[in-house]
Amino acid sequence: MNETPLWASESFWKKTAIWVTAVSFVILIVLTMDSLSQTTAGGKRVPAYAVINKKIDYQFNKELNKSVPVIGEDEFLFGKQMTEQEAAELVDLGKKTAQTRNCMNCHTILGNGAYFAPDLTKAWLDQGWLSKDLREDLMVKFLMNPESNARTFGSNRKMPNLGITEQEARGLVAFLKWMSSIDTNGFPYNFKTIEAEE
Amino acid sequence: MNTTQLDDVIPKPASVLDKARRLLNDFKVWVNLDSGNLTAGQQLAVKYFTVAMILFVAQILFGLLSALQFIYPDFLYGILDFNVNRMVHINAMIVWMLYGFIGSIYWLIEDESGTDIVGLKWANIAFWVLTGAVTLVVLVYLFIQIGPGKDSSLWFINEGREYIEAPRWADLGITAVMLVFSYNVVATFSKGKWSGIAGVLTLDLIALIGLYLAGMFYMTNITHDQYWWWWVIHLWVEATWEVLVGVIMAWSLIKLLGARRKIVQTWLYIEVALMFGSGILGLGHHYFWIGMPEYWLSVGGFFSALEPIPLVAMVVHAIYDSGVHAFKTVNHPALAWVIAHAFGNFFGAGVWGFMHTLPQINLYTHGTQWSASHGHLSFFGAYATINIAFFYLAIQHWRGNVWMAAGTRHAWRWKWALGLLNAGVVGMTVALLIAGYEQSFIERAVEGSTWAGYFAAQNQPSFQHAMNWRMIFGLVTAAGLGLLVWDLLTIGKYEERKAEKIVVH
Repeated sequence: MNETPLWASESFWKKTAIWVTAVSFVILIVLTMDSLSQTTAGGKRVPAYAVINKKIDYQFNKELNKSVPVIGEDEFLFGKQMTEQEAAELVDLGKKTAQTRNCMNCHTILGNGAYFAPDLTKAWLDQGWLSKDLREDLMVKFLMNPESNARTFGSNRKMPNLGITEQEARGLVAFLKWMSSIDTNGFPYNFKTIEAEE
Repeated sequence: MNTTQLDDVIPKPASVLDKARRLLNDFKVWVNLDSGNLTAGQQLAVKYFTVAMILFVAQILFGLLSALQFIYPDFLYGILDFNVNRMVHINAMIVWMLYGFIGSIYWLIEDESGTDIVGLKWANIAFWVLTGAVTLVVLVYLFIQIGPGKDSSLWFINEGREYIEAPRWADLGITAVMLVFSYNVVATFSKGKWSGIAGVLTLDLIALIGLYLAGMFYMTNITHDQYWWWWVIHLWVEATWEVLVGVIMAWSLIKLLGARRKIVQTWLYIEVALMFGSGILGLGHHYFWIGMPEYWLSVGGFFSALEPIPLVAMVVHAIYDSGVHAFKTVNHPALAWVIAHAFGNFFGAGVWGFMHTLPQINLYTHGTQWSASHGHLSFFGAYATINIAFFYLAIQHWRGNVWMAAGTRHAWRWKWALGLLNAGVVGMTVALLIAGYEQSFIERAVEGSTWAGYFAAQNQPSFQHAMNWRMIFGLVTAAGLGLLVWDLLTIGKYEERKAEKIVVH
């Protein structure tokens, strides 16, 4: 038994390693190009930023057996219709504010982040904002002064004051509203929105 | 109070510095390590190991603070909020592990290539630049914490993206330092000799650095943001880092057991094929719910389900080689930690990852403590353990290649450190898993993932008990770490016997 069979030889596995890695990587690149083009803002899965001018809901679709975002009639944010450009700028401010205030190390965004505070994926649609008429106002007030407006649901966990300005708070609300319109393949599951209550 | 009185009360800066210097000297005398036992490359490596251990302590400290805030939310509220503590906790972890890897490679490269490190001067400068940058980043995290929603905050304070929060200026610095590091690796092997281990290492490092660049861009589109973000996180910890520890383990098995190079390298290629074959497309399990097309549910589910296979191969490899050599080794603590690595990697990354990787289950577990449970066992099992093994290997040589096999003095210390650290992390993992199950059930399946549902789950007694147990096992982990630090500083001190010569067979 002096000869090493092919399947146990070093050179065979070296070639296999190189081929497997190269092929996997090429497939990943192809899928990446396809995925990114399918998910640019303005597409079917990730709506344009001006979607914040519309009513957004998240409803269970029996045929698909999962919840999907449903875009409805006009429902302006802060009572003003925005152009795509204005909407993009406001969402951008919100996204930057979310990053620079380190939201993700308490909350999850699209389910990713820390687990000390609730998920923000569908925060815009949460029943915790009591009614649709109060929602925008409550959200801005809460973000600017979370200590005095805290609703801890009996957990004693309060969001700290992060010095969020009114403009930044409006940006965050726009960002959250836009994010709630993204098709997330049914995550979160079984979510009852503020619309469902009415 | 006039100024003369003040002068008496406030110590003069010079005297404080003097005292610090005296304390440091006393410490050095007590530790009694002789750097003359090390080559220049090894001296550089132990600098990395020293910083790695300091950051390891920081990781555990800030982990304890975060754990305590789950039980007492008012603790340090408004001073060091949960997001700050948690950010330092996970960043210290990533950075100490990178320091450990860089140190390990500087340690093994001279031996493997058969020549001195080529750009040693640059490597030393890079070490101090990196350490200075890390210190500054941590100080900004702790004392400035947050900034206005502008680009300047992303450049100088915090990028707010989990695991890679470091501001942009630090990203550029880290990339520069890593380029110096890879230049050194390539140039040293080119000057000396190449090997299978060297080839895998070099290609893996290039991939590792290239991937880091994917995380350096700002995007408004959160779906694209998280797409690239996972390129860095996943393709680091579930692909390139795994191959890197494969390289480190391959070399360690030759050194610790005298395993034959041909066998070790063949295994390494098998591991690379399995690891990259499953891990690269396994990336898809992070794309289920972030807005990406549905085909990722199949691609990610299928390939990530294969991810445990290379980890099984690594267990077989380590145990087979150890068994062939009848577990006879020159360094008992290092081999024990290598075995802990093989099992920890398999259970933490493999089993715990597999448990919630299929989309049908992940729909309920995504974004719950289930992930935290997996995170704790996998990072510890896969990466902390192999680094600790290397620290023991380094300290043995730093002491002058002394005896560290059967009959080592105060062996209880390394054994208890091993036991406490492993028990602590496993305990935390189980506690977090219970919390995760409870969350998936109450918050997700029953309540439907609303905020009220989230808090209903957080307020459940079973969740709160789990958080208490996590705290207790966190303290066990901290005790193990304390013992580990003490042991690393003292093991082999006053040891006269030299290590047995290892025979390759």
